[in-house]
Amino acid sequence: MKIPLVYNVRSLLRRPVSSAMTALGVALVVGVFIAMLALANGFKMALVRTGSPDNVLVLRKGADSELSSGIGRANAAIIAALPEIAAGSNGQPLASPEVFVPMSLDAATGGGDRLVVTRGVSAQAFEVRQNVRLIAGRRFAPGRDEVIIGSAIAPRLAHSAVGDTIHFGGRGWLVAGHFSSGGSAFESEIWGENEQLMPVLRGEFYQVIALRLRSAALFDEVKRTLEDDRRLQVDAHRESDFYAAQSTVLRVILNFLAVFITGIMAIGAVFGAVNTMYAAVASRTGEIAVLLTLGFRPRSVLASFLAEAAFLALVGGLLGCLVALPINGVVTSTTNWSSFSMIAFQFLVTPRILLEGVLFSLVMGVLGGFFPARRASHLPVIQAIR
Amino acid sequence: MKFLPLVWANLTRHKRRTVLTTLSVALALFLFASLRSVVTTLRAGADVGSESRMIVQSAKAIVFFLPRSYKERLAAVPGVAAVTWADWFGGVYQDPKNFFASFAADAESYLELYKTDLELPADQKATFLRERTACVVGKRLMDKFGWRLGQDITLKGTIFQGDWTFTIRGVYRAVDPSFSEDALVFHYEVIYERYPQWVNPGWYVLRLKEPSLAPRVAAAVDSMFKNSADPTKTGTERAFNANFMTMWGNVSFLMNSIGMAVVFAILLVAANSMMLSARERTNEVGVLKTVGFTDRLLFGLVMVEASTIALGGAVLGLGAAKALYRPTGFSAMGFLPGFDVTNGTLAMGLGLAVLLALASGLVPAAGAARLSAVQALRHVE
Repeated sequence: MKIPLVYNVRSLLRRPVSSAMTALGVALVVGVFIAMLALANGFKMALVRTGSPDNVLVLRKGADSELSSGIGRANAAIIAALPEIAAGSNGQPLASPEVFVPMSLDAATGGGDRLVVTRGVSAQAFEVRQNVRLIAGRRFAPGRDEVIIGSAIAPRLAHSAVGDTIHFGGRGWLVAGHFSSGGSAFESEIWGENEQLMPVLRGEFYQVIALRLRSAALFDEVKRTLEDDRRLQVDAHRESDFYAAQSTVLRVILNFLAVFITGIMAIGAVFGAVNTMYAAVASRTGEIAVLLTLGFRPRSVLASFLAEAAFLALVGGLLGCLVALPINGVVTSTTNWSSFSMIAFQFLVTPRILLEGVLFSLVMGVLGGFFPARRASHLPVIQAIR
Repeated sequence: MKFLPLVWANLTRHKRRTVLTTLSVALALFLFASLRSVVTTLRAGADVGSESRMIVQSAKAIVFFLPRSYKERLAAVPGVAAVTWADWFGGVYQDPKNFFASFAADAESYLELYKTDLELPADQKATFLRERTACVVGKRLMDKFGWRLGQDITLKGTIFQGDWTFTIRGVYRAVDPSFSEDALVFHYEVIYERYPQWVNPGWYVLRLKEPSLAPRVAAAVDSMFKNSADPTKTGTERAFNANFMTMWGNVSFLMNSIGMAVVFAILLVAANSMMLSARERTNEVGVLKTVGFTDRLLFGLVMVEASTIALGGAVLGLGAAKALYRPTGFSAMGFLPGFDVTNGTLAMGLGLAVLLALASGLVPAAGAARLSAVQALRHVE
């Protein structure tokens, strides 16, 4: 027969301070756990959302980032002529040869400069990268010294309001508009026309060519065609995979930190739970003996105390979720080491992460409660009742 | 002193509880020391750069090259004692996960300029300089991959396309622990043979005759190239490193907030366990008071007990951190060279332990002191 859960809840409430302290300890661990996972997740999502599975990125053979790539004009023309590329609304192939360079720009506050990705794109880019939307102003005009700035980076740069002139590469550029792209890494970039940016950046080379295929299923065929062409010396990547891979280094570091830090914290919290539960068992020796005498099986007593520990930790876990929730959407920035430039992104708390936090708290509770619960179920009844 | 056996008896009554609480405190302070050391190591990384060396880079951004012709012009600037340059190569050894720094450098002047920071045996240096396809490698990198002197290693270029094979002719040790030993340096001429138009200085390094000349040299260099196609940005190596460290973003804030959360979480554990002990001993407190123990003495006894746990945990946790990182050469994959728990961090950790002792002992100790003997004896748990 099962011992009703209300017995455990009432028991916990009889020792409010001790119970609250244990739950708070668990809450802090879960809070830190969720915050760190939200950080890693936000960074990953910023890069994952950048790429679309329908798009292909063509880079120089061996280049592991857009930064280290380079493709000449002649080869760009060969690549853009592939028959598998979809046609845009103007009938031209949806291929955007792009220049990609991190530039030093003045920070909005605190002085110093920030490295920001400057991407020169063709008019087709807005059809290739379908998640890019203007949120203020207008697009840059072809043939003019104009740029548009990503919404995540704009508040962090000086002279970045629409209508301002921002200086880099030895020239001033009119900020024509701001754009967003669903939280992707493009929001940390500055876009201008490739023909205008090419001469001030790195000369007669594109860094990357973004293609939109008629169908995502054509990817393997296109990849083979491009990589087998001895003239080109390029690698073709599925855009979504490529950008997701760019997040690997930092994500590995963040996940390691999350596991390392919260793992150690969790051991401490489990110790706390063990202490609390042993004390609970010790002070309720008489009660437990009565329960056993009444005919409750030792198994039920074990389950009851485990449930008590788990419940206590669960309360802590839920509290931890509440504490960590406001961090969702907070914007932070770091350097994306594969492009060497600043990327701003949001902490992203997902239901899955919250669930992981709650499960984590349950695990802590069960671990902390197990030995005390076993002690309770093994109590020698005669001695205990005296 | 004569009450120490009493404190000891109290501590060992619930051995498990005392051990677990001490271990939680130890874990918390270990974590605190680790997190804080990330911050201090980053700061130290920003401080190591020499004040008598300057870095000249492109004003556009660090990924832009400067012309090779600047070398002579920089050498002629008053106050400059020596000039060298290097460029990021970014080679991959076998697997992109094996990340390490590799530079193409103007080898002879490079070794000369850094001679006080690098320990490289003279014969190895001579062989390296003679042989165009040779490279020198940091000791740590050698150990990491198990390379041998004289071995040929092949890197895959990420910027300079193709496979590049170098013969290891020298192994250097860093004199200053913050100078990375996870790097590989080779002759830029190797790349020049294949891509003559592409290998150019990513940055120049200047050695000054005197550190005080830095502002004047910086101004002279930057104004000299101001209106050229490749304007420069010049700063001391220290400022360069400091700026590089800011690229990580708000690491210190993140580490400090987590550190605080950890310490607070463990404070709850420790305080809880002290309070549990105190509550169980209410009757004893009554007995002790009856036989003449003063309030003050009882207060002191509980505080000593709490301090023993907190300080014991601190010694364990801080000691483990100190013993673990430096001797094992931990550097977070080369991102944090010279990772070490500083004395300042140890002192802060001890300070936290004292606070922990006060915070966790104060409530039960005051409770024990305040309790009247009669009340305590009537107390039924």
